[in-house]
Amino acid sequence: MVSVTRHLDVTGLLCPMPVIQTQNCVAELCPGDVLSIRCTDPGALLDIPAWCRVHGHVLLSTDENPEEIVIVIRVSS
Amino acid sequence: MLAAKLVQNQGLHVAGLNFFTGFCVEGHTHSIRSRSNRKPRRNNALWVAEQLNIPLYMIDVIEEYKSIVLHPRHGYGANLNPCLDCKSFMVKKALEWMHAHEFDFIITGEVVGQRPMSQRRDTFPVVARESGANDRLLRPLCAQLQPLTLPEREGWVDRAQLHGFSGRGRKAQIALAEQLGLKDYAQPAGGCCFLTDAAYSRKLRDLWRNRDRPDYDIDDIMLLKVGRHLRPRPHLKVIVARDAGETRYLRGYRRRFTCLDMTSHNGPLTLVEGEQNDEDLDLAARIAARYGQGRHEPMVRFQVLSIDGREREVCVTPLRADEVPRSWYL
Repeated sequence: MVSVTRHLDVTGLLCPMPVIQTQNCVAELCPGDVLSIRCTDPGALLDIPAWCRVHGHVLLSTDENPEEIVIVIRVSS
Repeated sequence: MLAAKLVQNQGLHVAGLNFFTGFCVEGHTHSIRSRSNRKPRRNNALWVAEQLNIPLYMIDVIEEYKSIVLHPRHGYGANLNPCLDCKSFMVKKALEWMHAHEFDFIITGEVVGQRPMSQRRDTFPVVARESGANDRLLRPLCAQLQPLTLPEREGWVDRAQLHGFSGRGRKAQIALAEQLGLKDYAQPAGGCCFLTDAAYSRKLRDLWRNRDRPDYDIDDIMLLKVGRHLRPRPHLKVIVARDAGETRYLRGYRRRFTCLDMTSHNGPLTLVEGEQNDEDLDLAARIAARYGQGRHEPMVRFQVLSIDGREREVCVTPLRADEVPRSWYL
């Protein structure tokens, strides 16, 4: 079980705000920290992993249910 | 993408900046519409960054951008598009970012003569001057037609490897993409801003007219992208979702608007703006009923949720198509 450093709630926000909020949150975290992002925009399922690839962060998991999406990432250096 | 690639190919480190004004066509629009209406919903800025293997920084400029939309020094284009002010604003923001992150100059994909307002021979210097970027602004696609810039003078960039494109056509850019091995690209032309859209601008003007003063917040401008907007009476605005995705999205606004939920048939969610008496509400429901499966039935039932949380039911006869004048549509 991964220990989450910070939870980010971006439910109700639409692309690209979940990515922008994720980016701003990650800027405050340290390498190795784990961020869990709760969102409702299905676009985030593509955008946040793409953003992680661009910046070298690690996508740990995505979990989608009818109510919300939870994406967990590990911050890289 | 081409401009970044040209500079990157000269061995320079390039970072992408993407400013989110709230009026971007991509992103939200793809997210809001029904999930069954599947087309790739990739974010093009992120996709380009990935293709070029460059970092991308996405910057929320919604609040600051309001002054550009509301009071453009150089006026609007064909609709509510303040293109010249917008370009200067974005280059200015890029300049701030450049200084904060110790980069040396700014590149854009502009081509002289490509757009009628912000990409003209006489407006290029305006953007450079008003943004404060001056000769730190390089336009690699048409650099050979422009005065020398700092990165060229300093030898950071070889001008001979840049281009001298001009005009509205895209053939030269498409050929360059081919030459650079770029098979897929987002869009060869503009059209990525709702403010250039006549229908959207009409809705935004209507919003300003019905406020004490021209103003907006992010919820306002997002909402204008969603649903059918009708104004059957000066004080009454009706927003009807066009599919399940929009219904889901509009439901998020139920505390700001009176909300009509069709209960007797399948149908879209409807929001009603303005102070309504029973007659107004009845009219709004009759309009909403037109867009549900009960449109040919004698009666359609709605649950009405008021802003103050009160709930009640109304039953109405749907309006016929010929009872909804075109002038009601915004």
